[in-house]
Amino acid sequence: MKAVYFAWVRERVGKPEEILTPPASVITVADLIAWLKGQGEEYAYAFENGHVIRVAIDQTHVKHDALIADAREIAFFPPMTGG
Amino acid sequence: MSTVIRIQREDFDPQAEADALTKGRPDVGALTTFTGFCRHEEGALSALELEHYPGMAEKELQRIVDEARKRWPVQGITVLHRYGKIMPGERIVFVAVSGGHRGEAFAACEFIMDFLKTSAPFWKREHKVDGSQGEWVEAKDADDKALERWK
Repeated sequence: MKAVYFAWVRERVGKPEEILTPPASVITVADLIAWLKGQGEEYAYAFENGHVIRVAIDQTHVKHDALIADAREIAFFPPMTGG
Repeated sequence: MSTVIRIQREDFDPQAEADALTKGRPDVGALTTFTGFCRHEEGALSALELEHYPGMAEKELQRIVDEARKRWPVQGITVLHRYGKIMPGERIVFVAVSGGHRGEAFAACEFIMDFLKTSAPFWKREHKVDGSQGEWVEAKDADDKALERWK
């Protein structure tokens, strides 16, 4: 699946997007965040407070217990501050 | 029942947008508009940098507008949001709602702004007057609390 990152999540990870190939044991968004944290210190830093990270699957907001099985694009970003 | 949603780098003309919702529309009895500006924060801020999630930002604004239309019998809705570098005093966001009466036009306008702030994928970063790159703006609890009145 394609992962995209925004704002300080993007800066900490150090890239705007990439293709992720997590193992089959990664079922939910929370699993994916836990797995990403182990992918290097930049990920550990970006996701150190994993619970505050907002997630969208295919451009729709989801909670951390959402399943990632059918996701084409999964986005990680901080709480929004527009307007 | 027109809806206009635009996400753009350039400025917009609130009067022209408002006129577009009311010209030749004798059925319109009320028009509410909200314009949000970049504040200078006691002179400390030289600019805001607005980042957004292209594609999702438009979709999320459309979802918010759809929800507003389910709740109130309003007519035209226009939502504009800028991205890129915005200087203090410049416009950032614009919401206009036309309707038969003021009640639904006021309510829908506030509802759209409240949800835009907390669920439309935009992020602000500060640029300081002293040339340093400031922090990403933190989300405010007050913005989350503002949603409670719409439950």
